[in-house]
Amino acid sequence: MSEGSPFGRISALLLRYVYLLRSSWPRIIEIAYWPTMQMIIWGFVSQHFATASPELTAGGILISVVLVWDSLFRSHISYTLSFLEEMWSRNLGNLFVSPLRPWELIGALASISMMRTLIGMVPAALLAIPFFGVSVFDMGLPLLAFFLNLVFTGWAISQFVTGILIRYGLGAESLTWVLPFLIAPFSCIYYPLKTLPEWMQSVAAFIPTSYVFEGMRALLIPEEGEDQGVFRADLLWQAFGLNLIYFTLGLGAFFLAFNAARKHGLLLQSGE
Amino acid sequence: MSTVLQTTDLTKEFSQVLAVDRLNLRLEKGSITALLGGNGAGKTTTLSMLLGLLKPSSGMIELFGENFIDNRFSVLGRMNFSSPYVDLPQRLTVRQNLSVYGRLYGVKNVSRRIDELVAEFRLGDLLDRRLRRLSSGQKTRVSLAKSMINRPEFLLLDEPTASLDPETTGWIRDLLDQYRKESGATILFASHDMREVELLCDDVLLLSQGKLVEKGSPRELLSKYDHQTLEEVFLQVSKQGGEE
Repeated sequence: MSEGSPFGRISALLLRYVYLLRSSWPRIIEIAYWPTMQMIIWGFVSQHFATASPELTAGGILISVVLVWDSLFRSHISYTLSFLEEMWSRNLGNLFVSPLRPWELIGALASISMMRTLIGMVPAALLAIPFFGVSVFDMGLPLLAFFLNLVFTGWAISQFVTGILIRYGLGAESLTWVLPFLIAPFSCIYYPLKTLPEWMQSVAAFIPTSYVFEGMRALLIPEEGEDQGVFRADLLWQAFGLNLIYFTLGLGAFFLAFNAARKHGLLLQSGE
Repeated sequence: MSTVLQTTDLTKEFSQVLAVDRLNLRLEKGSITALLGGNGAGKTTTLSMLLGLLKPSSGMIELFGENFIDNRFSVLGRMNFSSPYVDLPQRLTVRQNLSVYGRLYGVKNVSRRIDELVAEFRLGDLLDRRLRRLSSGQKTRVSLAKSMINRPEFLLLDEPTASLDPETTGWIRDLLDQYRKESGATILFASHDMREVELLCDDVLLLSQGKLVEKGSPRELLSKYDHQTLEEVFLQVSKQGGEE
């Protein structure tokens, strides 16, 4: 009997999440609904500011940061909700007695997370063009780098959350919604880093998202006397380095929790 | 006959409670063995360790000649499991569930295997229905079909005929027996249905307070304790185990 390949097992689990997604059209609409609503609300706020304080909305910065920040939230929620689905349906026991390795589960969750994030973000980003004349795609390749960095941060948070869920069960479910907002004030999404008090700036130096949004501002808002913004590769690399550290720590937390769950017999009971 | 499973002094302790105490089991290829015991006897803990869901405190598990504790992934593809206490995804149809698990187990030609299982488990009318729309007996049949998707060489079943009516219980029993005969698979199951155990099993393992207190074929046990039914044997042995 063949036990299959890692790719085969990851795609099997991905198929399970696609079946789930396809089984409910309200779910598909919901994925695109929230990013689109955010874009519309912030688009009008942006239009209002454009006449009152044009510097706040230069280069479509407000709509762009809203969309890019949402990619972090969407990637995290999509990852964690797919994992929660296994707990709600009491299916973890079946999965972990199959040849599926824990890292393959992580691979499948990351794949469906990327798929759902794109389903949510692309329509909102496209709608922003006719609605408000802002195209995040004008950023070109740096947009991809900003986006991937935030998705990476989302997955790092998800590693910690799924680890806690495996270890402490559904009682910790609310962390799914709460944890991403813990870093929001330090991420400097809507304001520059210098706005923060000094102690918060020190904390922000350890938050990868703060580099992403500073990088976006540098690209979209030209310095005084300049015609164009600049792409700060250094900020992106700093964000990527921090993400790598947090993702690795998150993986460590997940595997520690998984081993603890095996030791305490929690895998068969998860969902109860 | 070759040995499929051997445990040596298998022990599991939960915060100073000894759930399984130095269990020594040996299952031969092609055998059907029942794991019996009252509530808290250690059946589920034993099954969980044999499935890799629970890490033993000490002892050894050797499966297909491999050290299962350190190297479980090399043999998990040759095993499978069904339990009424572990569900399959409820929002997926029966076909989708079997399709996902077929691919997880690396089954070649999943569609053909699903067709075979549909015939064996009489799932034709249920195939495109979501699991949450099925009765508990129908779900048990689907769970059993999933447990056979990879033609396992070692099948672990926790109360395989729970929620099934007597007629369905009968043909599931025949199906398991036929599967064992055709494939040479080894089957270990936990059950409370003594009639089922008498009709199906070659051997019985009786657990009490985490210890193996009795083993033998149903016929040997009936003769040894001079009882008419396994239920009477079970009650006597459990009582003795509790008094010790």
